Amino acid sequence: MLQAGEWAYTEKLKEHFMSPRNILQGDNTDDFDGVGMEGNLQCGDQMLVAIKVDKEKEVITDCKWKTYGCASAIASTSILSEMVKGMTLEQAFHVTPKDVVKELGGLPDHKIHCSVLGDKALRASINNFYSRNGMDDRVKQEQATIVCQCMNITDHDIEEAVLEGARSYYELQERTKLGTVCGQCKDEAEALLEKFKHIHFGA
Amino acid sequence: MGDMKVYFDNNATTPIHPEVKKELIAGMEMFGNPSSMHAWGREARANVEDARRRVAGFIGAHEHEIVFVGSGSEANNTVLSLFVCGTSQCIPGTRMRSTIITTRIEHPCVLETSECLAHRGANVRYLDVDSYGKVDLDQLESMLGDDVGLVSVMMANNEIGTLQDIETITKMVHEKGAYMHTDAVQAVGKVPVDVRKLGVDFLTMSAHKIYGPKGVGALFVRQGIPYCPLIRGGHQERGRRAGTENTLGILGLGKAVEMRALEMEAEEKKLLELKKILRHGIAERIDDIRFNGHPEESLAGTLNVSFAGAEGEAILLYLDLVGIAVSTGSACASGSLDPSHVLLATGVDAETAHGSIRISMGRESTLFQVEYLLEVLPGTIQRIRDMSTAYIKGGCHVAGR
Repeated sequence: MLQAGEWAYTEKLKEHFMSPRNILQGDNTDDFDGVGMEGNLQCGDQMLVAIKVDKEKEVITDCKWKTYGCASAIASTSILSEMVKGMTLEQAFHVTPKDVVKELGGLPDHKIHCSVLGDKALRASINNFYSRNGMDDRVKQEQATIVCQCMNITDHDIEEAVLEGARSYYELQERTKLGTVCGQCKDEAEALLEKFKHIHFGA
Repeated sequence: MGDMKVYFDNNATTPIHPEVKKELIAGMEMFGNPSSMHAWGREARANVEDARRRVAGFIGAHEHEIVFVGSGSEANNTVLSLFVCGTSQCIPGTRMRSTIITTRIEHPCVLETSECLAHRGANVRYLDVDSYGKVDLDQLESMLGDDVGLVSVMMANNEIGTLQDIETITKMVHEKGAYMHTDAVQAVGKVPVDVRKLGVDFLTMSAHKIYGPKGVGALFVRQGIPYCPLIRGGHQERGRRAGTENTLGILGLGKAVEMRALEMEAEEKKLLELKKILRHGIAERIDDIRFNGHPEESLAGTLNVSFAGAEGEAILLYLDLVGIAVSTGSACASGSLDPSHVLLATGVDAETAHGSIRISMGRESTLFQVEYLLEVLPGTIQRIRDMSTAYIKGGCHVAGR
């Protein structure tokens, strides 16, 4: 008979879960140049990212974090903190969940959503750095566009639904109630569905 | 300590009892179809009926009232689905009563079947529970009208261990002329269960929760109750469950209940003692915790505890790394985004529910294992809390400054 299989996670993920890198010690972030936090405890995931920046070169020299969440959440923040060291702010701003998942060697589909908060928190910390240093013009808000006017569903909501498992228009509707009133947004929603499936799952 | 293995997930499933294992190994020689008239068939029939007598005897039923099924889930599906037949044309002469009452803390096999029945026209109502997970009897009283056909309340909850007063509930239900079902999968073999004393019309039990094999359970159906099979097309089980009998499984279930009758009383005392030690140990060594479920009216081996600021799946996996198996009501371990419906129904907030684990001990659990868990757990929780945003002073505000 077979022995107990490995976890549903890659060795890389397991390794980062077992010995997470760059955890912020204590709760003092005063020495950092930018701090961002995303998610909330009720939803089961929250991440804080604190960065130190070489202001001349605009390069991230240190990245520390705290995460409330499951193994995937902990490991993806840990690996993200390693990835971004040495990146320019511009490069770091464009790190996607897909990059993080790739670095982890993959994640089970239903765990993808656990990895999306780290990069969001990272962008929040970069924005925080810009605004602390009088560069408010460089702060990039993550603007959401409303797709379904009736139910007030944005492209971000669609992206979230895809990350949480929606693969068809029907599943998208089940999760978001999008297009369940007038139905005019169907084409746009389907296009976005395909786009996010492609971005996050290469489908 | 490196090789220490502690299985504290007995509510999920249990190791096979050594005596059951012997019976199963011997039973593998027996391959006849109980429906056959020749010697091979008669041997299988004799053993199936012997197991039926043991199971019936164990819960105070008549042997004709025991239907062997494939699982507890199948038994629960059968009872609820039968109700839909009972309200239409399948069972002639049955009065139409279109309401089912169940609780918010049932196993998903009851909740999801209820939802399906609602789509098929049944009126389903859900009983709330208090902070200990006890059903609100006043609410039940107010819900019970002459439209109610079936009430289904689990006897012991799988996640928090809380026991319901099935005897009292059944009396209330029968007074209004409805049928009573209890999912006793977690109760049978752990606390005394007598179907006559309880008065129930249907009762579900399962073998693998009581040191028997997986893939077999039993449904008690009180004599004279209208019935319609879920799996049709065979005369087996007196026409109540088609399909060639799982002879080996049934044999195992028969042996499992026999062993329960011998062991459960002493085992319950042991488990209560272990739980007391575990509970005190956790409370003493770890801050910001909450015990879930009823402090007394609860399964002896089940302890559900929430740790603020630590997510359940992370706790489960760090414990797995040191050889300890527990389970969690966290959303992340189950693949859904919502934490345990049972904990939420008891009024626990989502954050607390995310940080909960269920420790379920059983016949093989020892004081040594409890002490090992108590030794490992504080450090595990501290480690998770040290990297958790939940323990940043001021919480969300830190990012904004």
